[in-house]
Amino acid sequence: MKYYDKLIFELSKPGRTGYSLPETEQQLPKGIVWRETAPALPEVSEVDVVRHYTNLSQMNFGVDTGFYPLGSCTMKYNPKVNEEIAAMPAFTGLHPLQPASTVKGALEVLAGMDKALAAITGMKHFTFLPCAGAHGELTGLMLMREYHMSRGDLARTKVIVPDSAHGTNPASAAVCGLDIVVVKSKADGLVDVEALKALLGPDVAGIMLTNPNTLGLFERDIKEIAELVHGCGGLLYYDGANMNPLLGVVRPGDMGFDIMHLNLHKTFSTPHGGGGPGSGPVGVSDKVVPFLHIPHVSGFHGNFGVILRAYAYILMLGREHIKLAGKLATLGANYIKESLKDCYKLPIPTVCKHEFVFDGLLEDNGVSTLDVAKRLLDYGFHAPTIYFPLLFHQAIMIEPTETESLETLDAFIAVMRKIAEEAKSDPEMLHAAPHNTPIGRPDETTAARQPVLKYD
Amino acid sequence: MGAFSYFPQTGEDIRTMLERIGVASLEDLYADVPADFIYKGEYDLPSALSEQQVRDFFEGLAAKNTRLKVFVGQGAYDHYTPAVIPYITSRSEFLTAYTPYQCEISQGTLRYIFEWQTMICRLTGLDCANASMYDGPTAAAEAVRMCVASTKKRKSVIVSARLLPHVIDTIQTYAKYAGINVVVSDNVAEDVAEGVLDLAGVIVPSINRFGIIESHLGLADLVHRMGALLVEYCDPSALAVVKSPAEWGADIAVGDGQSLGIPLCFGGPYVGFMACTSALMRKLPGRIVGQTTDASGKRCYVLTLQAREQHIRREKATSNICSNESLMALWCTVYLSLMGPEGMRKLNALCYEGSHYLHDALLATGKFKRFFADGEFLKEFCLTPLCDVAKLQQALLDAGYFAALQTEEGFVTFCVTEKYGRADLDRIVEIVKSI
Repeated sequence: MKYYDKLIFELSKPGRTGYSLPETEQQLPKGIVWRETAPALPEVSEVDVVRHYTNLSQMNFGVDTGFYPLGSCTMKYNPKVNEEIAAMPAFTGLHPLQPASTVKGALEVLAGMDKALAAITGMKHFTFLPCAGAHGELTGLMLMREYHMSRGDLARTKVIVPDSAHGTNPASAAVCGLDIVVVKSKADGLVDVEALKALLGPDVAGIMLTNPNTLGLFERDIKEIAELVHGCGGLLYYDGANMNPLLGVVRPGDMGFDIMHLNLHKTFSTPHGGGGPGSGPVGVSDKVVPFLHIPHVSGFHGNFGVILRAYAYILMLGREHIKLAGKLATLGANYIKESLKDCYKLPIPTVCKHEFVFDGLLEDNGVSTLDVAKRLLDYGFHAPTIYFPLLFHQAIMIEPTETESLETLDAFIAVMRKIAEEAKSDPEMLHAAPHNTPIGRPDETTAARQPVLKYD
Repeated sequence: MGAFSYFPQTGEDIRTMLERIGVASLEDLYADVPADFIYKGEYDLPSALSEQQVRDFFEGLAAKNTRLKVFVGQGAYDHYTPAVIPYITSRSEFLTAYTPYQCEISQGTLRYIFEWQTMICRLTGLDCANASMYDGPTAAAEAVRMCVASTKKRKSVIVSARLLPHVIDTIQTYAKYAGINVVVSDNVAEDVAEGVLDLAGVIVPSINRFGIIESHLGLADLVHRMGALLVEYCDPSALAVVKSPAEWGADIAVGDGQSLGIPLCFGGPYVGFMACTSALMRKLPGRIVGQTTDASGKRCYVLTLQAREQHIRREKATSNICSNESLMALWCTVYLSLMGPEGMRKLNALCYEGSHYLHDALLATGKFKRFFADGEFLKEFCLTPLCDVAKLQQALLDAGYFAALQTEEGFVTFCVTEKYGRADLDRIVEIVKSI
């Protein structure tokens, strides 16, 4: 990657244009509702634009560049045929308000996805309006509230969230007007069922769980948890961010979950796009189906283009290959874990699912998790998720996904071992890593204290 | 079942890995899962398709859609997409990248977001903007939450009834569960002046759902005197030529970037934008990119002010948003770079010319009457029908046009972009005459 320092505004020269439009003599009126001076947009040629953004792209790392061992983010390969299907003009040209008789193919995509996701998860039906995982969580919690309100059960204002939960869980609950109650994990990383019992009562709307949890551990008491929560009148919400190891193995609906979301941009192979667009369809069991149409959480039909890609992926997987997807993801995670546990601290040694957590180096010599993560960038790997979950001070959360080969995993393992050696021989060099990237470590303090958020 | 192209593990690889782990089979990796939760049935999915078969399948579905020339807006505008954009946005370094938390290998993403934030500030006239929201309606709902969070303990908002219906629906959905009282108002200025208890904010459209460019002269002063914030919902394409939210005195501007060349795509993915005054900067939801320097003094960009966000603050965050619509923000940034100030002026002039031509020609048919006495429009307009609307809509569909969408009050709306010329407009007028 080479450093390129321009902003598009710095290439601007008055009179230069990159557009191509039909001619017109039409002038716009003047008056109170009209703008007097044009906004200062860049004036650049088409070639300027293409080179500028191509140069920018070359300072970026993506799944097509290399391996992302990124816990809870499921950065699997993004199949190319999906992109071509999503770009078909017969889909991209559809206005969202066109009469149903003119969008039959698009409606079949949504119906087909509903059926496929129901089969995969054991839920009854899905809504496709949510545009991302957190948006799905919010929608799911709205459905939880609708369910209780329909029964006149208005006192249920609390939602239980484990201390290992993704940050979006409590944030979504807060946006949905619910109070958050945290249930502790035990030393083995699983939800403390006894502690949970003490929290249950007539004020509990439900519990949000991701299973396997963010330590990559299957919550094996899930049956008892489901019985307890249902027994007190609450519902179970499944955070689908960690669905990948269960793909083709276990269905959340069978575990007793009433509401769940899926991240199509994780489990179903659609690209992350540098942060989005995603898609977070929400599935529900029989008893929540009557409320599924109520929350109008986005403009039209959700991120249809993303749904198309995920549908193509599911059709390629089919009922045959899906059976291996989750298992191969779990295989890769355990392989890395077992190959590195003699150099990195493994607080919970049991079999993991799609991801697991190290708590820093065994012999850290003052080298932090941040140092390890930054040094990985020098070796051509993305960093793992770090300092999450919050249960460990030096958390390194690793998730390989099923689309990575043994050779890729071995190369990553070799580099992680090399970094562990470097921590002994040259810790100073690690504190200053990365050394081979377009920029070095940034001054984040100044960025936050004296924010410069636009070009002047 | 044979090998699958997305799974690179050979049988030998799997054996090697199982051996390292010390288990006998893949199933053993799930020994901690209660046996009755292991799904033993056949998944009710079609048999795996090859790439060619998948392509054929979607070609089949595509053939069931009708390609129409679109003369309806209502929140989704059929503007032309310059060829450059999909080439840039499909570069895998942008497309397959993760959220730019590792800034050292994400300067491409971070720089275009910084450019996007700058362009949104220049279009709206406001001081700062975030990295994107899901779409316009959710951005509006978040703006309402921001008003409530910024005016301690106030819980009511006035929402103009002239906002698009899906924007109002989304605001009401978010408000319902957050205990925010929404007053949908036909006369915003009057309702603000009369006084609404605990008023936190007021949200009005820049161009309303009937296509009229609204004047908000004096509204900001009135809203601010009541101790509330003013939010304007805008079409960013039109903002190149109509008065900006900052000029009307708005505190927050939101809207949908779709009109900046994003394909209709049956409603998404689009991209919401949000800008505000510097006083509200730390109340913004979502990601924000800021400029700084690295250890050697090189200019660089990072995600900043993260103490607002869910991964740091959990339930105390300004919003639950995590993934946004980054790639679509790139789409709009490339679009605005290509268009420049003169391209945006010319584009809007073409929309103005086409829509006024169609408006006047339709009135001349005698099948409609004027919907409004005064007020100016840019590309979208309403008429009161004097003909059988269902019959008209069908005749237009039969000729390949999506036009004359009826509003809940029974008006019909049209929208003319730069994409279609005089021939199509004349053809629509001929169809109307034939009804």
